[in-house]
Amino acid sequence: MSARIIKGHAGIGPKASGEALVADDNFSARYDLNRIEGVFSRPTHKLFGQNYVGKILVLNIAKGGVATAWMFHEMASRGMAPMALLLNYANPIIAQGAAFGGIPLIDRFEGDITALLKTGDQVEVEPVTGEVRLVGV
Amino acid sequence: MRLNEAEKAMLNGDKGGPLQRAIEQQIQVGTFFDAEDFVPVAQAHIMADTESLGEAGVAFLEGLAAETKSENQVCIPTITDPRGADFQTFERINHDPAYVALEKRADVAFRALGILMTDTCINYQTIIPPVRGEHLAMGDTGVVIYSNSVFGARTNYEGGPSALAAALTGRTPRYGFHLDENRVGSKRFRVEKQPEDWSQWGALGGFIGREMGSYYQVPVLDGIESAPSSDDLKHFGAAMASFGSTALFHMIGVTPEAPDLQTAFSGDVPAATTITSADIDAFFKSYAMDDDGLDVVVFAAPQLSLYELQRLAKLLDGQTVHNDVALLIATSPENKRAAERMGLDDKISGSGAVLMEGVCFYQMHARELGEANGWTRLMTNSAKLVNIIGGYGYEPVLSDMERCVASAVAGRIVK
Repeated sequence: MSARIIKGHAGIGPKASGEALVADDNFSARYDLNRIEGVFSRPTHKLFGQNYVGKILVLNIAKGGVATAWMFHEMASRGMAPMALLLNYANPIIAQGAAFGGIPLIDRFEGDITALLKTGDQVEVEPVTGEVRLVGV
Repeated sequence: MRLNEAEKAMLNGDKGGPLQRAIEQQIQVGTFFDAEDFVPVAQAHIMADTESLGEAGVAFLEGLAAETKSENQVCIPTITDPRGADFQTFERINHDPAYVALEKRADVAFRALGILMTDTCINYQTIIPPVRGEHLAMGDTGVVIYSNSVFGARTNYEGGPSALAAALTGRTPRYGFHLDENRVGSKRFRVEKQPEDWSQWGALGGFIGREMGSYYQVPVLDGIESAPSSDDLKHFGAAMASFGSTALFHMIGVTPEAPDLQTAFSGDVPAATTITSADIDAFFKSYAMDDDGLDVVVFAAPQLSLYELQRLAKLLDGQTVHNDVALLIATSPENKRAAERMGLDDKISGSGAVLMEGVCFYQMHARELGEANGWTRLMTNSAKLVNIIGGYGYEPVLSDMERCVASAVAGRIVK
């Protein structure tokens, strides 16, 4: 067995691959991130202090405000965005931000994506089919 | 998604590049949420502070503003959320002039698109209130939850690029809270004790928001004995939307789609989670400090209404803000003018407080402001603000307006 497929709802954005950064916690670019330094900055977040740049970010649900819709585009323009975002449940803001910023996004998986993947996993993300491929399993 | 002739023409590029790109982006989002078609919207409201936009976002807006005039204008009344810099008071708070310059560029670009620069998150109190059943594209979580819940209008969270797309095309994908089936209550709460001030309303909203598991969950609150004020519901909804990702609540006997529990749940009524006084006390304690150190007191998130400004003016009349502490207040441009005309600003600014217009504290480079001014310990009566501001390097303290003012005057946290 060389790969395992995890199925979600059809997503947004281009195909991507990279290393997963996973936590059973929620996500808002405004509330949780220091976008200049590329790290989680909210002290109570489970990924506090961790660098997310270029990672496949795997979290539970979208929380908080509307700013993320612009912020993905701004983060991508400086090369400081995550490689892709996998959530159990996105909200409209995350979807709009992914569409505007060109960040791959998939949600609504067959199981809890924060339990199906772990930090350090190598994954391929295909938003057109809503599939996540766990490489080297 | 099913498209009509007008939408097909936009997608084909017959109406120009801006509309083509806008509707392409909207179709991606609509498809993601399984929308079957579009719904026309009557107003759009755009969140576009430069902290979120950045140089890349401002350059995008300038590019759009430079396109052919007949192709880049918004086609419905379109207003804006708070900016990221106050052009009047920025020097007093050591706001980096580079951010102010970026903000001015964004302002010029937005005006060129035909957008009304209202710079407010309380447009439902100061510009035009929504109407029940009206479909909207609102771009601030506090505005969305208030429009949906208190007025019975219909909008999803529309982030900046999405609200702008809706303003250009005059429509939005029909999913989420535009549809009857998603407006039904999904979780029931019963309040044991009536909230007594704005910070308590915010705490109650924040408590419920924390309990919400996704955007599509709709909390129903039971046990509110008398109609709250617009400002009560403003703090309640804004905190709920911030702590959750909540776009609609029902309050039995108060909000228009919830005359009774059966109607709110469209049938079977689930058992209630009781919210006790101890729950609310614990919420406040999670934003309390052991010592009484204080750097800055902020009234914002949402911007203050005229009535909130009046109460603040009364509390600050004849008082002086302590030298070691800053007191910042954010309101809309309309309310700032009103406060000037009605003598409220004299009392507020006379105390040494900074009354800012068209901004909100967390949307104006709060991290850099904190570093420039040495602000870490922040006190506020806004439950929404305490939720947000921790990620910007602050230690937030939640209390009521009276204690916040007393603390600003004393130069230390008054409990």
